[in-house]
Amino acid sequence: MVSAKVVRRSSLAGLVSCLLSLCVVASAQQKPVVLRGGKLLTVSHGTIENGVVVIENGKIAAVGAASSVNIPKDARVIDVTGMTVYPGLIDSETQLGLTEISEEDSTNDLVETSEEIMPHMHVYDAFHLESALIPVTRLNGVTNAIVAPANRDTLPGQDSFVQLAGKSAEDALLVRDVAMPLNFSGEQRRNGSWQTRKFPSTRMGLAAQLRQAFLDAQDYERRWAEYDKKKADYEKTKNDAAKPADKEKKKDPPSPPKRDLKLEALLPYLQGKKTVVLAAEEANDLQTAVGLAREFNLKFVLNHISHSQSVLDYVASLKVPVIVGPIYEDPKPEERFDAVYSLPAQLSKRGVKIAFASFDAHNSRNLPYQAGFATAFGLSYDEALKAITLNAAEIWGVADKLGSLDVGKTANVVVANGDPLDMKTDVKQVFIDGQEIPMSSRQTRLRDQYSGQ
Amino acid sequence: MLHRLIAPIRTVAMIAGLIAVMAAAQTLFAQTAPAADAHHEVLIKNAVVMTATHGNIENGSVYIKDGKIAAVGKDVSAPASATVIDAGGKYLTPGIIDSHSHIAMDNDVNEATSPVTPQMMMIDAFDYQDKQIYHGLAGGVTTSLLLHGSANMIGGQAVVIKHKYGAARDAMLFPGAPRSIKFASGENPKRVYGSRDQLPSTRMGNFAVQREALVQAQDYMREWDAYDAKVKKGDKDASPPKHDLKMDALSDVLRGKVMVQIHCYRADEMLTEIAMAKEFGYKLRAFHHALEAYKVADQLAAAGVGIATFSDWWGYKQEAWDAIPWNAVLAMRKGVKVAIKSDSEDFARRLNQEAAKTMRYGGATEEEALKMITLNAAWIIGVEDRVGSIDLGKDADLVIWDGYPLSSYGVPNKVFIDGDVYFDRSLPGFGMPHYKEGM
Repeated sequence: MVSAKVVRRSSLAGLVSCLLSLCVVASAQQKPVVLRGGKLLTVSHGTIENGVVVIENGKIAAVGAASSVNIPKDARVIDVTGMTVYPGLIDSETQLGLTEISEEDSTNDLVETSEEIMPHMHVYDAFHLESALIPVTRLNGVTNAIVAPANRDTLPGQDSFVQLAGKSAEDALLVRDVAMPLNFSGEQRRNGSWQTRKFPSTRMGLAAQLRQAFLDAQDYERRWAEYDKKKADYEKTKNDAAKPADKEKKKDPPSPPKRDLKLEALLPYLQGKKTVVLAAEEANDLQTAVGLAREFNLKFVLNHISHSQSVLDYVASLKVPVIVGPIYEDPKPEERFDAVYSLPAQLSKRGVKIAFASFDAHNSRNLPYQAGFATAFGLSYDEALKAITLNAAEIWGVADKLGSLDVGKTANVVVANGDPLDMKTDVKQVFIDGQEIPMSSRQTRLRDQYSGQ
Repeated sequence: MLHRLIAPIRTVAMIAGLIAVMAAAQTLFAQTAPAADAHHEVLIKNAVVMTATHGNIENGSVYIKDGKIAAVGKDVSAPASATVIDAGGKYLTPGIIDSHSHIAMDNDVNEATSPVTPQMMMIDAFDYQDKQIYHGLAGGVTTSLLLHGSANMIGGQAVVIKHKYGAARDAMLFPGAPRSIKFASGENPKRVYGSRDQLPSTRMGNFAVQREALVQAQDYMREWDAYDAKVKKGDKDASPPKHDLKMDALSDVLRGKVMVQIHCYRADEMLTEIAMAKEFGYKLRAFHHALEAYKVADQLAAAGVGIATFSDWWGYKQEAWDAIPWNAVLAMRKGVKVAIKSDSEDFARRLNQEAAKTMRYGGATEEEALKMITLNAAWIIGVEDRVGSIDLGKDADLVIWDGYPLSSYGVPNKVFIDGDVYFDRSLPGFGMPHYKEGM
């Protein structure tokens, strides 16, 4: 805080009111902040009653029982007795920063539907940190998210892993092109009316087009490899040409292949350097998609699989994580009412690592309640919490920085007045990168304006 | 959800026999109560009874006789012949009531071929075998108001159902439920007709269309009143005006025989609708969606208009941009009758969770939150004397919950309608004792 007088041992309420009175958050030269007396859900090493979290230079500097943690001398201590403290939540698929008002096209940058195969679309080129949705979302404790293009194409582009605060989008985009969705649910078919129908209008078309795209990319890779070899040979020859005897052998340098951004974008995935997020709903599509991924040795995680209950042992045998849900997906007429609700529990029981996603933008703030609801259908509470924190961090390759209350991790920390998975719980303060986030949004301002506050 | 508001439009050919069909439908709707099932007596004991009107009763019991609540309390005596259900300390609430639903309509939600279609009867599209009825039932919903969509300024007339999945069609109709008609305003009508270069394409157009229809209905009523007066005077040569189903329906609105339910988002439009109702002398029952109710809550309270709203849904279109999750509680505190509704087959399965959000956003009490999906929703439908709370004489529409209902963890364990168990989570398959596959 830049306020001249440093509030020592302030109450959380005091802190919040200070924030509302526009104490500006500053990053430089902050005193350590200590959250003392709360119930810590560390996610990685259990629950600590009456715990302490020390936040220093944007990182978690200490975590432990009140009796075991030394409080730095110059720290600002915030009493969070009665509160629950947990790591910032991670939403494993959103369209945050790509949309403002769903029905208003001018506010949407969700997906490029002119073609099916668009891996060279990068959501970081559209991500809008100033979106009014972002403060709304983080007020509920969601601090990080995957931003993905909408799923109307089989290959709609590449995801970014973002932080929901920062001075600019540059700061907020923690991992650009973190993964690439491959959607195979049938939704991607261009099978409208007979008049508007175009290729690919069937699953055969979708699969054939994908296969061709990957083959083209392999071919492209080969052409570049050939070029690189020719170029190396040429350089060698050129050097050798210094010898007078070889002068007549001198040739023109090889010309490089034409760059193709689309095919180039596929290469890290074909090389197994990055993860493909393989989305399917039903068992048949799932197996087709997995078949394709194996054909090209793609490294993948699964997405949705909402109606694949009949092949969960097969899913477990793939030994890959699943971004599950949304579990609010309606069951098929032949399915029991809880067929989709119980999917997280069924997967977890088989040892599959799961993460939840809102698959939404405006409703990303409700992510934790989905995890809570899944516990009513057999998922363990710990696994539910992990599925919106540490599991997600592991899946997206950021577990060294995020996902749990551990020393050295980024101080994305949430203070709430109860169970994070229950919608009755009110989030009191969110820290991102150790910064106290103003607990206001366009919605709180409207509330205050019309309720006379 | 938006796709529900403007559901894919199916052109329905007007067939010659329509009038006969409509007449039959109206008879059904006025509702001869279906033959009472042979109800056994049931005693639900050892429950935390959440009455919705007079607090919670720890270790309470409810005695059900002939499908009605015959006793509620800590010490309830029931005949030895009654079937005893031990709730094992679980919560017992009234059945959940969804005051805005479009389920079981097979996409026949919007007769979007004219902006004024008050003669559409939703019962004619009611697909009683639709599994969405089951999905709601498994979420604890026992009564739903199935409304016309919002493509038209004046849509059709609603049907009120009980979620007795597995029962015959007419057994699912709520006996004696009052008639409701759906009006709409704002973006949807202007988008539907504007996109065809037809009237209305603006909010001016919207209200002009509505006003025009009401003026026509006034003229129509005058013609009939004049005829009736002639007949009364004994004029045997009086010839009756031509019957017009559309005008008949609107005349019933103007005579106060049909409750008006208006799809409306923006505060200014709510005020316009209130003014128009006053001008033409009909009564508004509720604004639906009403996401800006918090801006004009005093005026809504003064006009006695309720709202059926979302808990925290927002931003899906321009007129939902000022939606805030405190809307329900801010309006309630100003004296507006507030219900949380689904408008979606998804939310219908977990309205308890949507209601729970009002406890967080604005601090509704447990009973206030519960009322928003029970008694207040019943009031919006006009069946508050029949259902919506655990009180003597009301229909035994009840839910036993696994977990605390107003939380992420509440899931219906058993759902009773008129005293019969229609859903039991512990049963295999679909968990429905009255349902047989293929029926």
